[in-house]
Parts: sequence; C-alpha cells; structure tokens
Amino acid sequence: MSEVMVNSLRQGPDEAGKFGIFGGRFVAETLMPLILDLEKAYRAAQKDPEFLSEMDDLRTHFAGRPSPLYFAERMTKELGGAKIYFKREDLNHTGSHKLNNCLGQILLAKRMGKTRIIAETGAGQHGVATATVCARFGLPCTVFMGATDVERQMPNVLRMKMLGAEVRPVTAGAGTLKDAMNEALRDWVTNVDTTYYLIGTAAGPHPYPEMVRDFQRVIGEEIRAQIMEEEGRLPDALVACIGGGSNAIGTFYDFLDEPGVQIFGAEAGGHGLDTETGHAASMTGGRPGVLHGNRTYLLQDKDGQIIEGHSISAGLDYPGVGPEHAFLRDSKRVNYVPVTDNEALDAFMACTKFEGIIPALESAHGLAHVMKLAPEMDKDKIIVLCLSGRGDKDVESVGKHLGMAL
Amino acid sequence: MLFLFSVVGVDSQGLNVLYPGPEPMKGSILMQATRIDRKFEQTRAENRAAFVSFVMAGDPDEATADAILAGLPAAGADVIELGMPFSDPMADGVAIQLAGQRALAAGMTLEKTLAMVARFRKQDDQTPIVLMGYYNPIYIYGVERFVEEAVNVGVDGLIVVDLPAEEDAELCLPALKAGLNFIRLTTPTTDNHRLETVLNNTSGFVYYVSMTGITGAEIKNRAAVGEAVQRIKSHTQLPVAVGFGIKTPEDAALIGKYADGVVVGSALVSAVETSLIEGKASANTASDVHKLVEALSQGAKRARS
Ligand SMILES: Cc1ncc(COP(=O)(O)O)c(C=O)c1O
Repeated sequence: MSEVMVNSLRQGPDEAGKFGIFGGRFVAETLMPLILDLEKAYRAAQKDPEFLSEMDDLRTHFAGRPSPLYFAERMTKELGGAKIYFKREDLNHTGSHKLNNCLGQILLAKRMGKTRIIAETGAGQHGVATATVCARFGLPCTVFMGATDVERQMPNVLRMKMLGAEVRPVTAGAGTLKDAMNEALRDWVTNVDTTYYLIGTAAGPHPYPEMVRDFQRVIGEEIRAQIMEEEGRLPDALVACIGGGSNAIGTFYDFLDEPGVQIFGAEAGGHGLDTETGHAASMTGGRPGVLHGNRTYLLQDKDGQIIEGHSISAGLDYPGVGPEHAFLRDSKRVNYVPVTDNEALDAFMACTKFEGIIPALESAHGLAHVMKLAPEMDKDKIIVLCLSGRGDKDVESVGKHLGMAL
Repeated sequence: MLFLFSVVGVDSQGLNVLYPGPEPMKGSILMQATRIDRKFEQTRAENRAAFVSFVMAGDPDEATADAILAGLPAAGADVIELGMPFSDPMADGVAIQLAGQRALAAGMTLEKTLAMVARFRKQDDQTPIVLMGYYNPIYIYGVERFVEEAVNVGVDGLIVVDLPAEEDAELCLPALKAGLNFIRLTTPTTDNHRLETVLNNTSGFVYYVSMTGITGAEIKNRAAVGEAVQRIKSHTQLPVAVGFGIKTPEDAALIGKYADGVVVGSALVSAVETSLIEGKASANTASDVHKLVEALSQGAKRARS
C-alpha cells in the first residue's frame, strides 16, 4: 500500500469534512448533534481492534471476500487492445459492492446503541444489502425507494421484503433516488433518537463520504494485491461507474497517488448530455451546489433548483455525486466521462455473451468506457474494471428495451 | 438606536442589556436595530406573544401571493416568514413541499421572491420579513449579490435550514455584516453545550423547533416545549419563537403563554391548497388565509390574558 505523501490526493477530508471546497455538513440543526456523535463513534471504531477484527471476519465468512480478479479473455481478444480484468464485486454476497459499506455501518450503528435502521435505495442493491445486514443483526429496517424504481427493480423489492425490511415507495418528485433520499432524511429527523441512517453511497454530510469510502477501500486494496500477483505490476487504467460514487472511490482510492495509473469514472449519460433532463452526469453536465448535506456537482437549473436525473440504470440516476469525486474532478486526477443508455446496453449484452457474466446495468456503464479505451491501448497494457454488481435485477428491463420476446 | 449584535440588546424598557454569548466581543459588528428587534420589543412591552406567519413566495401564483402577503399584517401577523421555494425541501412535510411545488410550477424564482418583498415594502415599512428556505438557490444566486439585494429590498432576516453553525462562513457571517438578522433553529436535540454554538452568531430571535420532525407534524409533548423554551431563555436574551406543529388558535394560545413568538406555516399553506379550484387560485384564496391568520393570531395574543 502506498504511503500518504505531502502532495497526496488522499488527505481529505479536513476537520470540517471538506475535500477542497466540496463536502461539509449542510444539515438541519436537529441532525447536527447526531452526525457529530457519528463522527466520534467512527473515530473510536477505526482504532478499536475488536471492531476491525469483526469487520474482517464478516468480510471473509459472510461477504465472501476477497472477490476474484478475473481476466476477461474473450472481451480482450474481441476488442483487440489492452488486457481487461474485472474486479468481481458481483460475486460479493447480495450481488454487489454495496454490502462492504453496510457491514461497516451496521457495526457502527450497534456500537451507537441504535435500534432501527433506515436507508435509501435506487436500484435496490443498497436496500437489499441493508436489509441483509439488518436480518443478520436482528434490527428492524425501513428502506425508502422511489415509486418508479419500485416498478423497474421488482426482484430487489421482493428480496428486501423477504429479508424482513419494510419498503416505503416514495411518490414525491420523479419517484427516484433523490426523492428516496429526501424522504429518508425526513424520517431520520423525526426518529433521530433511535434511528441510524445507513447511507448507501459516498455522499451526504461528513463523515459519511469518508466513512463509506473507507468501508469500500477494500476493493482497490485487493485489486493492488491481486494484479501484483497476476501481472507483477500495477494496472495502466482503472474504470468504475459513478452513481453517488461508492464503488468508484473504493476502487480508486488506493491508486490516487500512483501517477502511472489513469483513472476513469463513467457517469450516466442517459439520452445524451444535450438534453437537460435526459442524463444524470452531474460532473460532466452539472455544476457545484449544495444538496443532501454536502457541496458537490449537481444537476440543477439556473435558479438552483435540482433537476431529476435520467438513466436507464436506477442506481445511477442521482443528480449529485460524492464530494470526493467533485474534488478529484477539479484536481484533474480522475477523468469523468458520460456513457449513454445505449452504450451501456451494448456493453451489458457484450459482457453477457462473451464472458458469461450478466453485469448490473450500472457496471455496464463502466464496461462501455472500457470498450472505448481498450482498442486504443497496446496489448501489453492493463485495464481493471470494477464490475460493481450482477445484473439479475436488470434482465427484465433490458429485455424490454431490446424488444426480446418472453 | 445602534447596538452590537450578540453583545448588547434592548430589553422591554429600552435599556441595554448584555447578551451572554460564549465569546461576546469577538467578531461583533456594529449594527442597527432591525425591524425584528423593534417588533419583539413592542410585543414584549404589550406582554404578548408575537404571531409569526409563514407563507410560500409565489404560491399559488405571483399575483395571489402578493395579495396574501399584503394582507398579513392587517390580519394579525407581527412577523412574516416568506418561504423561498426549493425543489428538495428535506425538513418539510407534505403541506410545505406542495406549496413549494405550486410556486415553482408557477415560475417562482429567488429573484422574483426578492421582487415580491420590494413590492410589499412599498406599503409596509414596519412588519419584519424573514426569508426562509434552503441554501442552494442562494448559493447559485451568489451570496454577495443575494445579501446586498435582500438588504436593499427590505428583508430583515434569514432562516436557512441546511446551514448549521458549522457552516457560518457560507452565509451567516456575510449576512450579519450586511445588517441582516440570522435566525437559527434550535431543536430538542440541541443540548446546553450545543446551544452555545447555535446561539453564537444568532440574532433577531431564536426559533425553537417544537419536536424532532418535519414541518406540519404533530407536537408530541407540549409540556416539554415549555421547559425547552425556559432552558433556551436561560442562555440568551433573544426572543424565543416556537414553530412546527402549531395548527389551531388553541395551540397558539398554549404556546404563546411562554414563547415570545408563535410560528404557523403548514396550516396557512394548507389553507391556500384547500381554496384552489382545479389547481388555480380562487376568489377566496387570499381571504381564506387572512381569516385563518386572524383566528390564529387572536389565539397567540390572548395567551397571557
Ligand atoms: C451494482 C451497482 N453499481 C453501482 C451503483 C452506483 O452506486 P455507487 O456509485 O455508489 O457505487 C449501484 C447503485 O445502486 C449498484 O447497484
């Protein structure tokens, strides 16, 4: 693991929870004492060997880590350029990287004596991961999910219910992830004494972005060890998709101070950036603002009203992004690129056909960018994609988009 | 009268008193007594609670909102909170969410909200106006420009829900410097230690949120509200207004016994909603709101008689 250097990009956040100008604690006063407590509890946990060993144990025996690093041989051959590896977060228990974060936060919630868990979810993967850890630790769980997403991610809704969670459809706004997050915040303000808000991505008020990143860092740390073993060197490029940015920051973090590693984040380009409400690419199509507890890049109109994002993928249509990504964008360390719905669909099918792996539509956005990069790179170069989740939840909606008969 | 904000205030006899802030002199700015200070001075002298009415700028349309606003003082509003509509009002219940959506759908913007205050000020130079909302529209408008124009059009104070004391450098300090009051929310989760942080840089009045919850919810424990107001008063000379969950004249009378101000919002914007015909303002929209303000303000005013 690389050490933190003087000019390191890995020094954030500062004491105020800022990454440069981004991040912070823009929350109602009711929540302030709680997020200060949370920060204290997190600092204590970070140093507590018992917490760390419990995490390790759960990662190994419950989540099934480390997740494999897989050489995508046929796609590599097909694209005719750089060697492509997949970091198989789809093989993580519950089918995505989301569990990594939930394991850490549920242990914290227990340490803080909280007796009820709430969460927001878009694709339902974070909802499922949260419902799973709540079942495992015997805590009641309420998941807020936009009504539109409830429709397009039915299998995950059923999984959550079976795991014992209450799923509350949110009809405000467009009924997607941002509205679910508003509603979760309203619940939290109301039940602040008993309730722990288990945020599913590296966004929200400090300390969430830092905490979620730290619980996801394991992805990048494993990639480093695994690629060293496979190839004896670091990759030339890393790619991950960006919703709020948790799988991406988890993948990137360990490599931020490695100048030889190019880093790409694939945002949801939806129908294309030229339609104002037709995408969810907050960093390539938005500008800085304040929402959900942090300053970051946001999709918004000229009056500062937030615009609903669009993406074929329910996990990427959030109009914001975690503050550390906003910082990495402005510092130019990471290249953020938009990927359209159609490009993602093509990548989804390519992965399924050539590798026998059905990826989540979110992850397919990352893969679509890999498919642009690989042919441009020499055959001795290496790209690692974070395949953040599996696509079982998406087969029905992809089938519909592609007009496949049942 | 000139005095130092957060250091010296004016009690009901007009004598200077010391506000016990954590670091009294540091960062103090010489500023004029605002309309808010003068209004609370007056209601204190009359030994009654001030009635604070919240309505949403531009709800259900600009012209009707103008009519609602213009009639509020005569109906009994001592202080007016004017909501700045925002797409994602995280601390608001359904009634105020819908009010904001109606306003935005009718084309309301922050610029138009300021223009609305300017029109109001042409006929009323006494009633304090506090703009209430969320930070992003202000941030996008530009803090410097916003503060300057707010002062120019006759805004007296700001309540920005998602700017806790930790983010004072963003807007609170520039606003205070320009002579605006910055009113902060304190809540049942604000303990005595935290209260010092919250009261520092607060001016005008302190807004006590009657419960952990969103606007429009039910007050669970009215006795606890009274105790909390007493607790806050032992830390500050600023007036303490109570809001969230007050819906009837009876509620207002009860809370007005010990609070310096009683805030009603959801009930008023619900009255707007009820008055609509096919989603549009009716002939009764403004008068319905004014009638409700009359009843509620009577409740607040008889609290101590
Ligand atoms: C499989 C998968 N990948 C990625 C994401 C996007 O989230 P994040 O950017 O936090 O990794 C989601 C969100 O639902 C997801 O389910």
